[in-house]
Amino acid sequence: MLMFTLKRLGLAILVTFTVSLLSFSLLFMAGDPASAIAGENATATDIEAIRALYGFDRPFLVQYADWLFGALSGDFGQSYYFKMPVSTLIAERLSTTMLLGVCGISFALLTAIPLGVAAAMRPNSLIDRTALFLSVMGQAMPSFWFGLVLIVVFSIQLGWLPPSGSSTWRHFIMPTVVLGYYAMPAIMRLTRAGMLEVLNADYIRTARAKGASETRVMFKHALRNAVVPVVSLAAVQMGFMLGGSIVVESIFALHGAGYLAWESIGRNDLPTVQALILIFSLFYIVFTFLSDLVNAWLDPRIRVG
Amino acid sequence: MKTRLLMSSVALAVVMTAGSALADKANDTLNAAFTKELESVDSYFNSAREGVILQRSIWDGLLYLNQATGEYEGNLATSWTWVDDTTLELKLREGVTFHNGEEFDADDVVYTVEFVSKPENGVVTQRNVNWMKGAEKVDKYTVRIFTNGPFPAALEYLAGPVSIYPNEYYAEAGPAGMALKPVGTGPYRVESVEPGKRFVLKKYEGYHGGPKGMASIGTVDIRTIPDINTQLAELFSGGLDFIWGVPADQAEKLALMDRLTVVNESTMRIGYLELDAAGRSGADNPMTNKLVRQAINHAIDRQTIIDSLLKGASKVVDAACFPTQFGCEQDVAAYEFDPEKAKALLAEAGYPDGFSVDFYAYRDRSYAEAMLSYLANVGIKANLKYLQYSALRDLRHKGETSMSFQTWGSYSINDASAITSQFFKHGAEDFARDDEVLAWLDIADTSVDPEVRKENYSKALKKIADEAYWVPLFSYNANYVFTKEADFTPTPDEVVRFFHVRWN
Repeated sequence: MLMFTLKRLGLAILVTFTVSLLSFSLLFMAGDPASAIAGENATATDIEAIRALYGFDRPFLVQYADWLFGALSGDFGQSYYFKMPVSTLIAERLSTTMLLGVCGISFALLTAIPLGVAAAMRPNSLIDRTALFLSVMGQAMPSFWFGLVLIVVFSIQLGWLPPSGSSTWRHFIMPTVVLGYYAMPAIMRLTRAGMLEVLNADYIRTARAKGASETRVMFKHALRNAVVPVVSLAAVQMGFMLGGSIVVESIFALHGAGYLAWESIGRNDLPTVQALILIFSLFYIVFTFLSDLVNAWLDPRIRVG
Repeated sequence: MKTRLLMSSVALAVVMTAGSALADKANDTLNAAFTKELESVDSYFNSAREGVILQRSIWDGLLYLNQATGEYEGNLATSWTWVDDTTLELKLREGVTFHNGEEFDADDVVYTVEFVSKPENGVVTQRNVNWMKGAEKVDKYTVRIFTNGPFPAALEYLAGPVSIYPNEYYAEAGPAGMALKPVGTGPYRVESVEPGKRFVLKKYEGYHGGPKGMASIGTVDIRTIPDINTQLAELFSGGLDFIWGVPADQAEKLALMDRLTVVNESTMRIGYLELDAAGRSGADNPMTNKLVRQAINHAIDRQTIIDSLLKGASKVVDAACFPTQFGCEQDVAAYEFDPEKAKALLAEAGYPDGFSVDFYAYRDRSYAEAMLSYLANVGIKANLKYLQYSALRDLRHKGETSMSFQTWGSYSINDASAITSQFFKHGAEDFARDDEVLAWLDIADTSVDPEVRKENYSKALKKIADEAYWVPLFSYNANYVFTKEADFTPTPDEVVRFFHVRWN
């Protein structure tokens, strides 16, 4: 297990470096950062001055190394747009996004796994059909539309929940449901498929034959095996939620990191975009790493293989 | 976007029948929304409409432009005289204190002018400040401002974007500190700032009064809500009392609701097509031909675009400026909608079968698409290239666009120098590069004699229209929607003066 962990960790670190290099260079080549900072009405001399001031005239690798060392110590430079440290800006926005992401994935897992198990236990029953219907709906409904419908019903007509903002826990209910519902169908269907496959396996018949209770068969023997691919999927979904909840964040005016990334691209705010890309990739890397560990713990074959 | 508007209209229809809400008259709080994340509250370090709006509430200028009479009145200054062409002497108001208790006097004016006029201090909106050379204290309540050469629009700028900062506080806090804890002399003080997200203003009880008058509403709570549909939902559920910039079709429906007031007012923003007459994007491009440019002017039915899309107080514009701006000559060549004439002009120019061109735009896609179909109608196949503003600006600065749909709001400055001179003085955004126009604008921008200014702006604007360097399109308008419990009259400069909003 230790060897496995170390191998995976090494791989994760290598991927992080590659991503950081890519994010740094891609954005750099997307346009002249000095001209972006100079803004309207800047003369060629202004732009030259900015280039020297920000050090854009230094060799690329030197700039990269400089940025990377800063980033390692949590210093991502100054946001061109907000004129404040990127780390302060992101820290504030990220807390909203993380809270939303954790709530969203929890909602998705807590609804998807029980539904998936229930559906697999009685294929083609009413409950299976209902679960299928819910998942098709979730897949088909664009989140901005679902969000607006929730707002119309729960904020305007019933007046139960505030439509936008992030100051209390009540503000997070609708965004959580919208974000979680989007991730739910895939998890549910994977759980169902995994369960169906596992339930036909020999060891389940053996477990039943030796007289284990149905609950024990389901949760101790079947689910543990069926859930392996679900863990990997949930990790990816979690990464997606943290980086890609742009639509939800903008509809509910949550001002999280996803919305910040989207807006920063339009504003040519390079330091913010670079930092966010690196952080979002880190999320994916960390979650994939964690899911590998969880899977290895769930399924000993992975550890050895 | 279209689907979203459609869906929100559906949502709107559902809502219209339901829901009552509590406005915050009871606790004397006006809840308002910004659409865009404001980069910095320090008014010298943002270039956004939202920034201008906060600036007018938090700070004061030396002068004030009375919107009703169009006259300049004293604000932090009580009187002013031109000592010579480049020296303005001002007597200052006594007994004014900043929100932090600091006393206002000549030192504050000198410090502010000296700070903002130095390019190395990095003020973002350079054109608002680069006409000032410096300032000098005469005595505690008398100050002189020196301009870089004669600058007749000085009063307009002193009444607009130039606000006076407290010297001791600004020296210590700097732009970064000012952005987080703004301090001014204005009718509202700032209670709290969450950068880009939320701004809470409280009535400044110690306000000097002046031409703005005391604020009426105790608290203004502004949140940034990027999605217009969410703003509407907040408005319906009572979370917001005041929004603006509502699209025309939705404003029409909102006007039917009992608890809301919808007011439409023109803004100083105009839309125009920028044609590459100078051949910056290639000497062989059709826009270098005057007949082609005139044909494009004749091809587009601006009035119909206004009637069906912009609606409200929008008007067709013919000159390259907003009609109320000083020097904005209205007696210029106007090109009526006449597709046959456009086709004839194209044939005469050597394009009987039309041509293909890239049509760049960054906002109002529906207006752009309407123009594309008018152009197609006369044989010009325009391919829409829809880009982010900054990306399009980069292309324009490099001179790579032969035709683009642009808009300009003049920073609410009621003087043609804020638009015509901005785009026709051979800068990176000048696609005409006309030496004669440049010479006239130079005179108009620097003469202190209003008649000389008018005459030269007139010459420049007439030539711009005759040569059809632009296709001036229309003025924009804004819909302000607010609770019936509040009273507010918008102004064409699109500056929301919260200190003029009151409860009914």
